[in-house]
Amino acid sequence: MPDGRIHSIETFGSLDGPGIRYVVFLQGCPLRCLYCHNVDTWGCDSGTIKSADELVKDILRYRNFIASGGVTLSGGEPLLQHEFATEVIRKCRENSLHTAIDTSGAVPLKVCKEAIDEADLILLDIKAFSPDLCKKITGQNNKNALEILRYREEIGKPVWIRHVIVPGLTLNYALLEELADFLRQFKCITKVELLPFHKMGEYKWEEMNIEYRLKDTNEPTHTEVENAKKIFSERGFNV
Amino acid sequence: MSFVNGIWNEKVDVKDFIVKNYTPYDGDESFLVAPTEKTVALWDKVKELMAEERRRGGVYDIDNKTISMVNSHEAGYLDKENEVIVGFQTDAPLKRAIFPFGGMRTVVQSLDAYDKKVDPSVDEIFKYRKTHNDGVFDAYTDEIKLARHVGIITGLPDAYGRGRIIGDYRRVALYGVDFLIEQKKNSFKNMKIDVMDENTIRLREELSDQIRALQDLKDMAAKYGFDISRPAQDTKEAFQWLYFGYLGAIKDQNGAAMSLGRVSTFLDIYATRDLESGKYTEAEIQEIVDHFVMKLRMVRFLRSPSYDALFSGDPTWTTEVLAGVGTDGRHMVTKMSFRFLHTLTNLGPAPEPNLTVLWSKDLPPNFKKYCAQMSINTSSIQYENDDIMRPKFGDDYAIACCVSAMPVGKQMQFFGARANLAKALLYAVNGGRDEKYNVQVAPPFASATENEYLDYDEVMFKFERVCEWLAKLYINTLNIIHYMHDKYCYERLEMALHDDEVIRTCACGIAGLSVVADSLSAIKYAKVKPIKDENGLAIDFEIEGEYPCFGNNDERVDNIAKDIVEMFMSKLKQIKTYRNSIQTMSILTITSNVVYGKKTGSTPDGRKAGEPFAPGANPMHGRDKTGCIASMMSVAKLPYDCSEDGISYTFSIVPPALGKSEDERSANLVGLLDGYFAEKGHHINVNVIVREVLEDAMLHPELYPQLTIRVSGYAVNFVKLTREQQLDVLNRTFHTRF
Repeated sequence: MPDGRIHSIETFGSLDGPGIRYVVFLQGCPLRCLYCHNVDTWGCDSGTIKSADELVKDILRYRNFIASGGVTLSGGEPLLQHEFATEVIRKCRENSLHTAIDTSGAVPLKVCKEAIDEADLILLDIKAFSPDLCKKITGQNNKNALEILRYREEIGKPVWIRHVIVPGLTLNYALLEELADFLRQFKCITKVELLPFHKMGEYKWEEMNIEYRLKDTNEPTHTEVENAKKIFSERGFNV
Repeated sequence: MSFVNGIWNEKVDVKDFIVKNYTPYDGDESFLVAPTEKTVALWDKVKELMAEERRRGGVYDIDNKTISMVNSHEAGYLDKENEVIVGFQTDAPLKRAIFPFGGMRTVVQSLDAYDKKVDPSVDEIFKYRKTHNDGVFDAYTDEIKLARHVGIITGLPDAYGRGRIIGDYRRVALYGVDFLIEQKKNSFKNMKIDVMDENTIRLREELSDQIRALQDLKDMAAKYGFDISRPAQDTKEAFQWLYFGYLGAIKDQNGAAMSLGRVSTFLDIYATRDLESGKYTEAEIQEIVDHFVMKLRMVRFLRSPSYDALFSGDPTWTTEVLAGVGTDGRHMVTKMSFRFLHTLTNLGPAPEPNLTVLWSKDLPPNFKKYCAQMSINTSSIQYENDDIMRPKFGDDYAIACCVSAMPVGKQMQFFGARANLAKALLYAVNGGRDEKYNVQVAPPFASATENEYLDYDEVMFKFERVCEWLAKLYINTLNIIHYMHDKYCYERLEMALHDDEVIRTCACGIAGLSVVADSLSAIKYAKVKPIKDENGLAIDFEIEGEYPCFGNNDERVDNIAKDIVEMFMSKLKQIKTYRNSIQTMSILTITSNVVYGKKTGSTPDGRKAGEPFAPGANPMHGRDKTGCIASMMSVAKLPYDCSEDGISYTFSIVPPALGKSEDERSANLVGLLDGYFAEKGHHINVNVIVREVLEDAMLHPELYPQLTIRVSGYAVNFVKLTREQQLDVLNRTFHTRF
């Protein structure tokens, strides 16, 4: 069993899954999203090395806080370290903790299937419904992500869809309607989270000396976000 | 309808009355009502007065002539027709009184700060009458004076009232003053006397003083047209009687913290009865509560600039504890607990009264959720762990000041401010010399800077020796202070509302715990090179490598912090105290963390000379890297058994980091509180606030008159803090991840 490479820990995660969660940000990501706010998680060679046992031992110290919330593996792309992720999730579940994986679905299902099977919840970030736009934003198409979604539907386990609203890219009501219409067929989707683009990670691009191409992009307005949400709520989604 | 009788009918036993008569409430907040027109109009008047007070530089008016005592002033009103609860400390709202028995010098300095002088008639009196402050300085040693000067012990109540004593103001309502006088007279008459020694003589003199104070209290109430010699008959009287008791105390003493106690569940018994009989409606009862709380928000003391620097924001610590669980297993949440919190909605947020929720895992979920919502909306509430205090103090304790638990009417404390442990650590490094003043303060010994790097075992060994010296010096100083306070500035009314025999604690405190823990961790796990000045004193430190910091739930450093607390408490335990008071300790700084920092040189953790300490038991800001729960876990490990006077932790978070929706936010806050207290954390201040709001309030204070923020152990109007302290609040860790 390989050890994990961990970027950082947030012991009070309140935004990545239900309730209070211990969030593990795993190191490494194959995508290069234009709006990434954790650029420092891209590289696969850095991070703190820990075994699954060590990590779970630490997680269990927080039981009094996370008993009704749980544990979320995020990143980076946590499924890049799918064996480690599977092991951590298995051990957490043995200890009756709720588990979630926050993924962009950038890893083929056949590689990460065990982890997808094991997790109580998948937070699946669909960057764009159109493969071309997806490629423009992330450098990859969305084939793997949709495959994971189909698989979760098949095994009847819940998924929360996440989608970042970026003016000039995904803030397009026609595209949003198209995505919402597509998602309607999946009963496994119990929640849709539309995440307004923000620039709080911009300084990290500067620190790492990478050109930030959304310098001139504005954050979406409150009305724009509400309109986007409406597209999904009208179609019966819990937004 | 009458009350259920019991022991309380025979002798003073308020707890027995409460347990036999209160009604726990499990419901939600939907029964609460909006303020009445009368309340709105009256509160508008108060707000206008307070705005004028700010325009006048923080003080509305001062009576520089009348020495404040229980019955010293004529009746004062805000709006006699519309005030449901009456009574001010002087003859007008917000007019501050002088209390020269604590010390004339402080009165002179305080008046001087507002371009006023003491009336010659008062000067004349104190040519002949000695004060507490005079007494203390007649007895201080040179060593004590030096320790005080360099700031290794600071904030001592040697020139101001010690406070931290809570009269059982409920007794006034439940029994009426005549019964209380009779009880005290009986005690005086029936006292068993063998040898007429110092203790017996003092107790007899105190009882006589107490009886006179109760008589004065009756006379004071009579000026307002009330006869409080008899028990209160209904809700309104119960509030008014109780308030007169408290008012008498704050006219008699300007103690640093003048806490209210645990009154809401007691008062709910009257309200429940009057609601059932139809005497009052819910709106009328809320009106009484709102008016009572308005009065508590208008408590004022005249303070000196040096006092304000330590305890910033004009605090009075009118602390009221809510909820908790009874020793019989029933929770003590009543509708009145909700009504008190509801004043934050009806009147808006405010630092006073210092609303303190005694949290237990067994509180009803509806109440927990309501508290969380009110915290998120107002940042005006603090929480303390009932599940660890109840086994020590029973179920009728209250909190004096910020975090000091004591059974109401049965225990008091000798407040001792705090010792600067970070400076003590520097003394360990520098052979007992002060790093700022270059004078020998502790007895001399070889400094720990002979080698290139500091050695952990050597520094630890020397630190313990310095702590031994400091503990002794500290308690000796407190012994002088409290001997003189009892002699020249005795709290006659507050003590009249106590049992004759009380438990006394000698409440010591420490500042700079996280600085010391991180410094020792740096010495142990990294390499720390002292940089010496021309006198050979280490005035700065170079750190090579990384070290674990307190606040990350890392055993390596958390155990150091824990060991320091245990070690210093064990040193305090060895020193004989005045009146055999029991040594206790708090980890609390109030806002003095800024002043302590200013007086302390650079420390081995990398903190530079003059920079503030973290408040209370908080980790140093910016050093907790793994989120707020890890930070809470580190603080929760500090042993309450060795720090029974309280362990203060201040938590600030921006609203979006608590969760996405309002429901998620309050549920997550409840989860944080449940978790923290299950881990045996003692106290937590909760601020849910956006940094930009604070920045804007610094620029436009007039727009934020009610902006309230919790700092170590109490709450303040942010705009009343000094600029330095505002910056300190801003620089602290705001948990912001999202």
